[in-house]
Amino acid sequence: MPSLGTSFGRGGATTFQQDLQNADCIVIMGSNMAENHPVGFQWVMEARERGAQVIHVDPRFTRTSAMATKHVPLRAGSDIAFLGGIANYILQNDLYFREYVEHYTNAPVIINDEFADTEDLDGLFSGWDPEEGEYSVESWMYDGMEIHGSAGQREQGFKPTKGEASGHGGHGGGLLHGEPPAEDRAMQHPRCVLQLLKRHYARYTPEFVAETCGCSVEDFVQVCETLVANSGRDRTSAFVYAVGWTQHTVGVQTIRSAAIIQQLLGNIGRPGGGIMALRGHASIQGSTDIPTLYNILPGYLPMPHTESYGDLDRYIEANTSPTGWWGHFRAYFVSLMKAYFGENANADNDFLFKSLPRIDDDNSAYWTVEQMLQGKVKGYIIAGENPAVGHANGKAHRLGLSRLEWLVVRDVVEIESASFWYDSPEVESGELEPEAIPTEIFFLPAATHTEKDGSFTNTQRLLQWHWQAVEPKEDCRSELWFYFHLGRLIKQKLADSEDERDKLIKALRWEYPTHSGIQEPDAEAVLQEISGQEIESGKFLSGYPELKDDGSTLCGCWIYSGCFKEGINQTARKKPHWEQDTYVADEWAWAWPDNRHLLYNRASADPDGKPWSERKRYVWWDAGEGKWTGLDSPDFEEDKPPSYVPPKDAKAEDAIAGDHPFVMQADGRSWLYVPQGLEDGPLPTHYEPHESPFGNRLYSQRANPRRQQNKDLAEDPYNPVADEPGADVYPYVVTTYRLTEHHTAGGMTRSVPYLAELQPQMFCEVHPDLARDVGLEHGGWATIYTSRSAIEARVMVTDRMRPVRMDGREVHQIGLPYHWGKRGLITGDSANDLAHMALDPNVHIQETKAFTCGIRPGRRPRGADLPRFVAELREQARSRLEASVAEPPMSGRTSRTPSAPGGRREEDPHVEPEEARKPAQ
Amino acid sequence: MSLSKLLESWPAVRQLREGDPLGLGRAVQSPRSRTLVPRIDEAEHVVQSVCPFCAVGCGQLVYVSDGAITHIEGDPASPISRGRLCPKGQASKSYADSPLREYKVKYRRPYGTSWEELSLGDAMEMIADRIIRTRADSWEWKTEDGNPANRTMAIGNLGGATLDNEENYLIKKLMTALGVVQVENQARI
Repeated sequence: MPSLGTSFGRGGATTFQQDLQNADCIVIMGSNMAENHPVGFQWVMEARERGAQVIHVDPRFTRTSAMATKHVPLRAGSDIAFLGGIANYILQNDLYFREYVEHYTNAPVIINDEFADTEDLDGLFSGWDPEEGEYSVESWMYDGMEIHGSAGQREQGFKPTKGEASGHGGHGGGLLHGEPPAEDRAMQHPRCVLQLLKRHYARYTPEFVAETCGCSVEDFVQVCETLVANSGRDRTSAFVYAVGWTQHTVGVQTIRSAAIIQQLLGNIGRPGGGIMALRGHASIQGSTDIPTLYNILPGYLPMPHTESYGDLDRYIEANTSPTGWWGHFRAYFVSLMKAYFGENANADNDFLFKSLPRIDDDNSAYWTVEQMLQGKVKGYIIAGENPAVGHANGKAHRLGLSRLEWLVVRDVVEIESASFWYDSPEVESGELEPEAIPTEIFFLPAATHTEKDGSFTNTQRLLQWHWQAVEPKEDCRSELWFYFHLGRLIKQKLADSEDERDKLIKALRWEYPTHSGIQEPDAEAVLQEISGQEIESGKFLSGYPELKDDGSTLCGCWIYSGCFKEGINQTARKKPHWEQDTYVADEWAWAWPDNRHLLYNRASADPDGKPWSERKRYVWWDAGEGKWTGLDSPDFEEDKPPSYVPPKDAKAEDAIAGDHPFVMQADGRSWLYVPQGLEDGPLPTHYEPHESPFGNRLYSQRANPRRQQNKDLAEDPYNPVADEPGADVYPYVVTTYRLTEHHTAGGMTRSVPYLAELQPQMFCEVHPDLARDVGLEHGGWATIYTSRSAIEARVMVTDRMRPVRMDGREVHQIGLPYHWGKRGLITGDSANDLAHMALDPNVHIQETKAFTCGIRPGRRPRGADLPRFVAELREQARSRLEASVAEPPMSGRTSRTPSAPGGRREEDPHVEPEEARKPAQ
Repeated sequence: MSLSKLLESWPAVRQLREGDPLGLGRAVQSPRSRTLVPRIDEAEHVVQSVCPFCAVGCGQLVYVSDGAITHIEGDPASPISRGRLCPKGQASKSYADSPLREYKVKYRRPYGTSWEELSLGDAMEMIADRIIRTRADSWEWKTEDGNPANRTMAIGNLGGATLDNEENYLIKKLMTALGVVQVENQARI
């Protein structure tokens, strides 16, 4: 989560669900919490019962809207305009929390005079390189500072880390400096962050917001007034979001927008405030912290890059921040290598750093699928994920799987990703024939959570242990079993290998005790390794401050260090909440880091260390005891007084002043403006979705110039957009979502009889006007189509799905749940087959929450007629586009060139970034 | 039956006499319902668990008898969920014993038209062999630009958001040591 990471220092929700009860106002946006996180929603209801305002901003009226005190509909994909409008309202009316902003954020910091804003460059920031299709970010820096990992380091073989890997996986910003940044405490300097923000957002007026988002000026202003009235010393407001914000080509910047509002209002680090990121899977936070992600190692340590070919010292230097807790990067990394390779990693061999594999800029899941389609990926292991249904453009994924040499699928039921070779839309259409598919497939049945021990990290960074209840039957096994024994077998087979490439796998420390008849590895032994130990004595570490950089400690994930302190599985603590002193319940499981539930909680006190108000006290400085105290583990050095001023040349945490609460950031402040760590700009800017029926009201640069797309990929054609001819073939906005009774790609719920009965069939939500215009009948069938595919769904006619009016025309929005596929007790077409694979540049996440489509009544064509139908529509759109190119342009500023099927281009006379864009890699 | 006993068994009388004026408790019990006990009472043991679906992290109590799960319900001790579960969480037992649950390894040979049987042991050996072979065939010491790579780009691993931290830890550890960098999960999606 580079958005929260770059803003505050850690890539996780800043607060915890139970604390929502203390909010005076809760804005839920990009989330349908009542239906998708229903049990967590009880804390929103607690707040409402206590008189809090609950605002739901969403294209659909859902059960969350029904329980809110206010619902504001908006156009899917216009969130940054709405949030930027709130920031503008706060700034123009001087309603920000002055003392908080001045002391705790980077608002006073002065920015490089070479920086130019999107307002100056018609939708681009300074540093845009049209050749590379990316930004060079030097001009975004603080005045007088160098970017971390640049200049000299590049010549020495180190490329600045990018995207999620920069700023440590979007996890705390690094600055290369020894001095505090230049600043103007009065915040009047024209290049200070506060003034830059004011200018950046000046055009986001209530009228602009209403026109862009399709809401009313009154509704929008009411949201601003409610938020402001419920923020300050005595009151706090919280934001809640989910993938309704994430799944856009501007997903990271959308979340950043909320981070800016919450900083301006002084709502971070305080009870009832914060940004609650709601995650969709039991351990999706955990799988980012201990990543099964290509670009980071556990604890957000960047994977070495192919362009980083120096030695260990260079890698450490490039990733160590002189100030803040990232000052101990070497200790974190060396302790990980000791956990991975034991005595085989030592100071004499650079802890095996030079043998580690290197990544490129993008080796993410969608990139891998492109490689599969080209036959470059031969083998693939899928464990507990269903890309054939759950990933955007399902057809591209299924075709990719059919070109593998071998595939392993591990799941509890036979999911679509295992059965694509004999039961898929492509087999139905004749595009795939089983006899012609070379892929060797192993389906291995998995164990459920009740059949194994282990910990999940939930949406609030809480590690909760689940105990095994029963033994798995027959061939069912845990992933712990599978990967442990797979590694054991491979090591055994390569034990005598002299080949240099087998050095690392032979050096791997891979000994875990096993139990029961099936030789299940001991999950607690793995958790012990994650938590960390002193190697010589075997003593369990109590937290990351105990990690050493000399190889005398091992730790599998430094931010989880201490989860097994004193030899006790802290994640398995289950003291009932009624036996605990406060609602924080810090003896239930264990939150990273250091059992802190509310992050940055030093900010719950004023610069002098006193609570901002009695009503909002949480953590404060006890001058008598000389330490921080309160309801939670203080997110600050316990004995560092508020008056502490770092001595000159202080390093690491010693360089963080007593009134700077954001201890992971190099300057101890939260970042309104992000000088380093994001691919697409230091500030969020309104762009249209990759596919949208509208142009950008602000700039001729229509969509995020840095978004990833691959125009050359035949399997992923795009719809014409905005006023391009052919866009009218796909005139509607479509947004996908989840239902209470199903879970993502459906593998865990379409197989459950009760759930299948409760939500039996794929459907689409359409407004009565659209139903009338197109001829759709409630309960009847509709075919929905894009350049990628066409699907059928039952029609639900409802005014919950409102049309928006913009540029004098009305545009309808269509809602699609995405749980169905061809397997299970209930089957149906997959909404994701319609979606494209253009991505957010920071995190490589697809835009399934806003793209364009067409709809017509009736069932979709069957068999070979389906791809023919899709191709004909695509051809129809393209021929309109080409016909228009043959004619003279309508206006001088429009340069039109035909492009790939379903082509698209920008109307941008001076930079043509779209044309220069690289494929997604 | 004596008249008084008959009178006493009359529900309206029982409601008044037994302190159950609304007729929602004892007064409306039949001999059968009087002897019913919750199936959780018969459980041999109960295990504290966590719901496997979304990331709210609701506590679950898993009741076990004779090595089989007899019931799953919300754990009232959890400070997050306070005993509640949503429809998915409540259906966890049906998820664990779904009629579609697979219990045996299935194998599809290249160009094959049906699944075949395969033992778990053989499957593990075969998968290990394929990883070793593909890795050897595709190993890259250097990139095209001559920079160090130390990897294979021909193998990928997908999945993790539904798995335990300990499982993700082993996946990343093993794959990194094998030089497999395309390790991804649903957090990307």
